[in-house]
Amino acid sequence: MKEKTLAYHLKDKAIWVVFVVLVLAFTIANPRFINPNNLFMMIRQVSFYGIASIGMTFVILLGDIDLSTGTIISFVNIICAYFMVNMGMPMVVAIILTLAIATLIGVLNGFMVSTIGIPALIATFATQTSFLGLTYIICGGLPINGFTESFKVIGQAYVWIIPVPVIIMALCFALGSFILNKTYFGRYFYAVGGNVEAAKLSGIRVGRIKYLVFALSGFFAGLAGLVILSRTNSGMANAGDGYEFDVITCVVLGGVSVTGGYGKMSGVVAGTFIIGALKNGMVLMNINSYVQNIVMGVVLALAVGFDCIQKKNQSN
Amino acid sequence: MSEEYVLQLQHIRKEYPGVVALKDVTLELKKGEILALIGENGAGKSTLIKCCSGAVIPTSGKIIVNGKEFTSMTPQLAAENGIAIIYQEFNNVKELSAAENLFLGRPIRKGIVVDKKAMEEEAAKAFEQLRIKIDPKALMKNLTVGYQQMVEIAKAIQQNAKILIMDEPSAPLTSAEVESMFMVVERLRKEGISIIYISHRLEEIYRLSDRILVMRDGEYVKTLITKDSQVQELIQLMVGRELTETYPPRGDCIKEDDVMLELKNVTGNGDKNINLKLHKGEILGLGGLVGAGRTELAEMIFGAVVKESGQMIFKGKEINPKSPREAIDLGIALVPEDRKRHGAMLGISIKNNINMPIYERNSTLSVINSKREMEIAEKYQKNMAIKTPSLHQLVKNLSGGNQQKVILGRWMAADSELIIFDEPTRGIDIGAKYEIYKLMNDLVEKEGKAILMISSEMEELMGMSDRIMVLAEGEVTGELEKDEFSQETIMAYASAANIEEG
Repeated sequence: MKEKTLAYHLKDKAIWVVFVVLVLAFTIANPRFINPNNLFMMIRQVSFYGIASIGMTFVILLGDIDLSTGTIISFVNIICAYFMVNMGMPMVVAIILTLAIATLIGVLNGFMVSTIGIPALIATFATQTSFLGLTYIICGGLPINGFTESFKVIGQAYVWIIPVPVIIMALCFALGSFILNKTYFGRYFYAVGGNVEAAKLSGIRVGRIKYLVFALSGFFAGLAGLVILSRTNSGMANAGDGYEFDVITCVVLGGVSVTGGYGKMSGVVAGTFIIGALKNGMVLMNINSYVQNIVMGVVLALAVGFDCIQKKNQSN
Repeated sequence: MSEEYVLQLQHIRKEYPGVVALKDVTLELKKGEILALIGENGAGKSTLIKCCSGAVIPTSGKIIVNGKEFTSMTPQLAAENGIAIIYQEFNNVKELSAAENLFLGRPIRKGIVVDKKAMEEEAAKAFEQLRIKIDPKALMKNLTVGYQQMVEIAKAIQQNAKILIMDEPSAPLTSAEVESMFMVVERLRKEGISIIYISHRLEEIYRLSDRILVMRDGEYVKTLITKDSQVQELIQLMVGRELTETYPPRGDCIKEDDVMLELKNVTGNGDKNINLKLHKGEILGLGGLVGAGRTELAEMIFGAVVKESGQMIFKGKEINPKSPREAIDLGIALVPEDRKRHGAMLGISIKNNINMPIYERNSTLSVINSKREMEIAEKYQKNMAIKTPSLHQLVKNLSGGNQQKVILGRWMAADSELIIFDEPTRGIDIGAKYEIYKLMNDLVEKEGKAILMISSEMEELMGMSDRIMVLAEGEVTGELEKDEFSQETIMAYASAANIEEG
């Protein structure tokens, strides 16, 4: 019994060991990596993944998946820019409205998965494709520029030496951790992901919980989209292309079980940092971007494979 | 070895870690006879036939098929030697035709192309031989359960089976379908095919079988000639064990004038017109065989399945729970049969498991009151005597008995007043069983709760219940007061056999 808990602790820590080893390796390969400017740039880069990964963590904890994250980021880029530039809405109103719409897209996913019963993979895949189409229709494929100076704060400003997106990410991780550990529905995520039947028989309304996680996933993807929009200062329909892949990788690399029921926010923080270090380090080493894709694919397979092998060993 | 037996199982023993499933079982099957295999749930019938099919490898013993001796079978070996099994769950592909199902895995081919026409002709011949009218082209999903079973039988015969083992073949059928199945079975017997017929419906056994083999607790009891035997005798053989286990005593705590739960003609989920009354401080046992509709009844009371008609009156008010949440809020709890699948949440802590149904009650603006959460967990760990070094321990690391106590603690924490136990001590070792029984006693005696206990263990049912109701095929077949408890009567009601006629 004790050995098992020890193994669990090791598993939680091991991910940070991987991170440190990665940092050391890249530093040896190219000393510029450890430069504080580069490190901050790296963390700012991953903050987009980090913010979106909160919602994805909840979804994966339930044993589901959300493939619409990237599209929501793109959609948010365009509609928020459209609201502010083409419709002349005040910034705050545009932001609130945009976040509400992102959340509603999540609710739509929840409706398809929970009420209709479409497997999450397909439901969110459908959302991904159709909302991407809608995004291009709204903007006509062209970027939307010309935001106010104050909007730039979200993605480009610093508090002391810390970039604002990093602060937003830190707050989001704190909120995610709070939800998982302190709220009753956070507990329900584990219960539903671990054993749906037992959860139902304990009085948990599983359908509502599914709505909630997809809505939260939409919300956090929307928030990530806003930060990206401010950072690039230009609404682009391809802003979120492929983001769901990186976000899912962050989450499962962080030890959240793809079959649901197990995972911690702290692990996801580590997973996010590892992805950041990998991406940044590979660029510094001038690794061909196609090779980078191969590495990212292998990392995802390894992360999930590790989890599956552990499960297999346990059930034997 | 005698020539007259087509199949002999000699001194079959099967051990699993910690359990002996079969102890020295011997079975002899003659050519062209129907041998009925009977016994209570868990008597070892299924394990025994799995030894014949190759699904289970016996620890020791011999299997002799047509004079050939084997120590164990494999599915191929069984098929080569003409042994076929008709399981309760059919092995068919619903989207394929009857003919294609008949030749599943060994289609008639022309080169690499499947010869549908030849298969349909062959299938038509096979069906003709059994005198059943099935269109070989009909899709399996469009056939009734009875016809699907016929296709299974035809498939076995088509593959030259000489020994047919049928596991509860009448269970999924309507009474008209049962009649045609009987006719097919009797025709097969005339053609010299030997049949092992497993059923708990005694009337069928008397109608069909030549001899009856009785098993009990993994042991061979006796083989009888059907026409010389009596229902009473059979029942006695099936249940005739010594009652050895002891049960903790309980004072008289039934509040006769305080009805906790009353069911009036409750119908649905496979059950028909269930009437019952459960008083405060009472343990009402629900007896019956697997599939009698007891778990189904529990699901309706607990709101997991909504009843179709009838009335449920709980503490004087009519209720109609549409979800477990509603039932829990009313004060009803269910301790399910399959602890690992439906009960405990293995991957999370004891503390979380105990608090799960009441998190919403103990939250302010969604935030859990952690102090209260811990107090509750500690209180019920103490009350239930859950043995653990820490409340943060994951439930999967606990023993079965302790897991059950965690689930009990959960329902106590939720202030439940009616607790439904579905097989309360399944898979729990003897010592822990006694503790669970004591806890159940405390619940009715000290806390004034009411318990509805589903149990397939005869001893437990008689040892713990104040009254017993027996269900068979979704209906109440009998009700016994404490002084009327007897294994024979319960078994008779459970097999829906009429004792007076026997």
